[in-house]
Amino acid sequence: MALAVVILLLVIGSVVFHFASPWWFTDIASDWGSIDFTINVTFWITGIVFVILNLFLAYCVYKFRQKDGHKAVYEPENHKLETSLSVVTTIGVVAMLAPGLFVWASFVTVPETATEYEVMGQQWQWAFRYPGADGQLGFAETALVTESNPFGVNLEDPRGQDDIIVTQPEMHLPVGKPVKALLRSNDTLHNYTVPQFRVKMDLVPGLVSYLWFDPQKEGRYDIMCQELCGIGHFIMRGAVVIEPQEDYDIWLAAQPTFAETQSMAPANIAAGQAAYAICASCHGAEGEGNIALNSPKIAGQQAWYLERQLNYFKNGVRGGPGDTNGAMMVGMANTLVDDAAVRNMSAYIATLQDTPSTPTITGDVANGANIYDSNCAACHLDSGDGTWYTDAPKLAGMSDWYFVTQISNFRAGIRGLHREDDYGEQMVSMATAMSGLEEIEDVAAYINTLQ
Amino acid sequence: MSLFKELTVKPWERKGIIGGLKAEGTFDTSPEKVALVFFVVVASVIFSLFAVSYLIRMELPDWAPLTEPTQLWFNTVLLVLSSVFFQWARNITKTDSNKNVMTAFVGAGLFAIMFIAGQYLTWENLQAEGFYMTSNPANAFYYLLTGVHAVHLLGGLWVWSIGLIRMISGTEAKELKLSIELCAFYWHFLLIIWLIMFALMANT
Amino acid sequence: MAYVPLADQDSEQELHHPKSWVTEWVFSQDHKVIAIQYGGIAIAVGIVALVLSLLMRMQLGFPDTFDLIDPSQYYQSVTMHGMIMVVYMLTALLLGGFGNYMIPLMVGARDMVFPFLNMLSVWTYFLSVLILLASFFVTGGPTGAGWTIYPPQATMAGTPGHDMGIVLMLASLAVFIVAFTMGGLNYVTTILQYRCRGLTMMRLPLTVWGLFIATILGLFAFPALLVSAVMMLFDTLAGTSFFMPAVIEAGTPLDYNGGSPILFQHLFWFFGHPEVYIVALPAFGLVSDVLSTHARKNIFGYRMMVWALIAIGGLSFIVWAHHMYVSGMHPYFGFFFATTTLIIAVPTALKVYNWVLTLWEGDIRLNAPMYFAIGFIFTFIHGGLTGLFLGNVVIDLPLSDTYFVVAHFHMVMGVSPVLVLFAALYHWYPKVTGRMFNEPMAKAHFWITFLGTYAIYLPMHYLGFLGVPRRYYALGETDFIPESAQDLNAAITIAALIVGVAQILFFINIFWSLRYGKKAGPNPWGSASLEWQTPDTPPVHGNWGAELPTVYRWAYDYSVPGAHQDFIPQNVPENEEPTADEQHFDPDHDQSKANL
Repeated sequence: MALAVVILLLVIGSVVFHFASPWWFTDIASDWGSIDFTINVTFWITGIVFVILNLFLAYCVYKFRQKDGHKAVYEPENHKLETSLSVVTTIGVVAMLAPGLFVWASFVTVPETATEYEVMGQQWQWAFRYPGADGQLGFAETALVTESNPFGVNLEDPRGQDDIIVTQPEMHLPVGKPVKALLRSNDTLHNYTVPQFRVKMDLVPGLVSYLWFDPQKEGRYDIMCQELCGIGHFIMRGAVVIEPQEDYDIWLAAQPTFAETQSMAPANIAAGQAAYAICASCHGAEGEGNIALNSPKIAGQQAWYLERQLNYFKNGVRGGPGDTNGAMMVGMANTLVDDAAVRNMSAYIATLQDTPSTPTITGDVANGANIYDSNCAACHLDSGDGTWYTDAPKLAGMSDWYFVTQISNFRAGIRGLHREDDYGEQMVSMATAMSGLEEIEDVAAYINTLQ
Repeated sequence: MSLFKELTVKPWERKGIIGGLKAEGTFDTSPEKVALVFFVVVASVIFSLFAVSYLIRMELPDWAPLTEPTQLWFNTVLLVLSSVFFQWARNITKTDSNKNVMTAFVGAGLFAIMFIAGQYLTWENLQAEGFYMTSNPANAFYYLLTGVHAVHLLGGLWVWSIGLIRMISGTEAKELKLSIELCAFYWHFLLIIWLIMFALMANT
Repeated sequence: MAYVPLADQDSEQELHHPKSWVTEWVFSQDHKVIAIQYGGIAIAVGIVALVLSLLMRMQLGFPDTFDLIDPSQYYQSVTMHGMIMVVYMLTALLLGGFGNYMIPLMVGARDMVFPFLNMLSVWTYFLSVLILLASFFVTGGPTGAGWTIYPPQATMAGTPGHDMGIVLMLASLAVFIVAFTMGGLNYVTTILQYRCRGLTMMRLPLTVWGLFIATILGLFAFPALLVSAVMMLFDTLAGTSFFMPAVIEAGTPLDYNGGSPILFQHLFWFFGHPEVYIVALPAFGLVSDVLSTHARKNIFGYRMMVWALIAIGGLSFIVWAHHMYVSGMHPYFGFFFATTTLIIAVPTALKVYNWVLTLWEGDIRLNAPMYFAIGFIFTFIHGGLTGLFLGNVVIDLPLSDTYFVVAHFHMVMGVSPVLVLFAALYHWYPKVTGRMFNEPMAKAHFWITFLGTYAIYLPMHYLGFLGVPRRYYALGETDFIPESAQDLNAAITIAALIVGVAQILFFINIFWSLRYGKKAGPNPWGSASLEWQTPDTPPVHGNWGAELPTVYRWAYDYSVPGAHQDFIPQNVPENEEPTADEQHFDPDHDQSKANL
């Protein structure tokens, strides 16, 4: 009896929950409305079946519950009833499947007008490549990937020279033009998902998969990875900006071509050295750092990381509210007038003698090792040396106190949440692997043993 | 009764004992044989899936076919002889003397052991010539398929050795009829699997 | 010489009667002891997986409050929870536990065909569990690659447990498959060859049919997992490139080239999809028998139920790639697999109709096993219908890899089989132990479990609609998921904690009743099928006393017109249906009407 009532209430509750729920698909931004249509068809058919079947179940339980003097009816089967139920079910299934197959047919048929772009996924970041004026992407493969050629474009392929290279995790597309995304991966499986576009597809190392859509609504949307790709899966984010053709053209023109990225003049180390005098007053002549001035050691750090951070300070991405020491760096970084000056400086610092800094932090090394090995080593490597591949700076032999303040800043949301801090948000999430100051110091103590 | 007919019976309509006074066994044979047939099907699925993987992997660009060593032909003859001896042992179990059955039974096992030894030597030779497992997927499949086949054969030899021990300790050949029958069946199966695998590797 | 069937042989099946405590309870060859061993190990390891799931829920529901697990432990929990529940808990409990207990009793045999092999099976299973649990204690911990253990990530740095953990996982699976094959050969051979006199296939209870088809599925499907595990072990230990393409590991190119990760996925799901039915079909069978017995009515459309089991079993081998719609495989496969997947909905729906129609015009005794069985119908309808979303290839595009998938498969192969397991455990408890369980406590257990799991999984579907991805340690900032999604997550976690803790009721009940429960009598539910007709309760080694039973009718003679009681046991001859004064059913022990 109670069971019949509860089933009835659950049916009513489920329906009410559905209609009262504010939780539903986010607004569509592509022309895949046909997918939403198929979902609605399926929703109504299955919803009606759910209600009818369960109400009938509740009725049976209520009506035929055991009563004295009552006896069950003997009926082994009713072939006619079973046949008609099969037919009705089959009709329902066809009604759901048919639109699905039609929509799938249009998903697998890419319109000829669609322009191509490439999405490259690797642990745990997105990068993008657009064909240049020739409308064709150059041949690329994982075996050719290097720090200066992150897509592994074949240097000999003339089609690749004018390819537009976007290494920030933000891509742009013009509104109202069908596009075909070619998907590649350098390491594990990933999945290129923009919920507003409705379509998604895995990136598989060793082959090129694809999907297509026609962006309809301007805006900035999150790109998420939706295929488990390792420990950083949940922090592998990017963004896609849908904008009018004119804005898109301006953005695209500002991005370097592949040829430009390959023919960049080498940094002028002498110029960097000349400019370094102003840095030396805090960071030391050898870049060894000075804890009294809150200046970390910079010698030994990779050039690409220094360059990025200097630009962040220049552009106010770092050194904002709450980061008083960082704020001092903003003014300093602004003495570097242009990109070339930043490059020269970074290149010079990278040439400085790397002497491991003196440990200032003690902690539970064993606990630190546990945390580091299972959470940090995936990007910063077992050796703590970091790598351009995962955008992870060197930690071993660097200032341990600076590590502690920066992790604390990430945890406090002082660093990493600025929209243009491309990989800062990853550290905001990963810093939660350490529960508080004590564990941060444990990890710092462990890193001290790595030098 | 055919399977289809049996499945359309309305079981509530007929009461009483169906099929006379015998117990119900779907197949008129020993349960060991039924179990072995099922095992053979399971093993066939394993080998088929390896073969399918082989065919799919073959289509990928880095595949470089392996020239199968001629020694494999010699090994194949050994396995055929092993099978023939088992069949012989099976045919004469009831009619012939214990001694002849034993000869056939022991011969079958020895040929199988020689086959495995031959396969092992082929591995050694290949490695000496620089065809390592990691050099190419075709090589990897060669080692994998021959290895898995040998493991199945070793399993059979384990049953064979139990039979051998019983035979030596004086068990009448007739009492080992079932073991010999099952071994013969299993050996023929492994021979067929080997021939298919060999053909697959030699022709690609 | 033609084979002489068992019952006609002079010397009956040789039983290895225990000679000491060790051979009676540890290395026993009695199928009932082996069943309890299988079940005990499965439930124990299931508790580990349950605890892991609660850890994950605490992280997801209250990311800032609890600091129990870090990202790598989260992924390890996801992986181990999934793998343990699917393979080491559900498969082992349903086939190893219920399969072992029910098959010989329901087919009227003294034991399995190969009792020694059966014993080897359970100990090999135990070994596989030990290897699995060992991975918690090695460097790097257990694998965190997800229960699908896809290459390349499973063996690459960046995934927890990519060195020792994954190797132990693969080794453990290989050992499990050996154990399953030993058990499985036993089950099918016993069902085919050891049925007692008069017991045709179409007179078997649906429990046996479900176990039979599921075992055949397992025998054909597990090889695919074995093959992929072996090839993956070669890739990671010997350096071959079966599945591994050229990849970069943390900036360093690895020495692999040309392998196909998608080939692994095909092999994995060729196992993985039938695996769903390896769990579901025995549950279908068990629940059919529980429903029929307590509705005092034959299972409606028995033939259709058998055909549907066979059809589902067959179809389950040609739907696997619906797990791979967005995997990057050739998109044209989508047409074929969407069609086969939706076709499988028809026989499945027929089973649901027939369960409900079994209740129609019945005389339903609403006791605890029946509560669980009816609860199962509700949850299975829900889970089955959401499957129609994911099977339909285009709807899978937005929903794949979101919480909708998680909610769907937990509803259909988590909650539903577990409700059946509880229904079956309560239903057969009196036969296994000879005592009744505590009915009010069992009902309390039902209400919390049934309502609690629905409170977990109904809202979870809506997280999926929102687009919340699965396998995220933390959601972080997005511009499309509202803050309220976190409230939903918190509510789900609270429900999960309550359900998790409430399972203690079950354990208290079965252990308490073992000692203090009312004596049950041989057939407390008035059940017609053979396992309730044993001369001893609980059945002793050998099951049937001096003589094997003979079967004269199908297993569902309930409420037959003209009969004096509302059921006729299978072993009652056709012209000797019991009269009112010589009932096979002892009214003093009639528990079926108690506690209503």
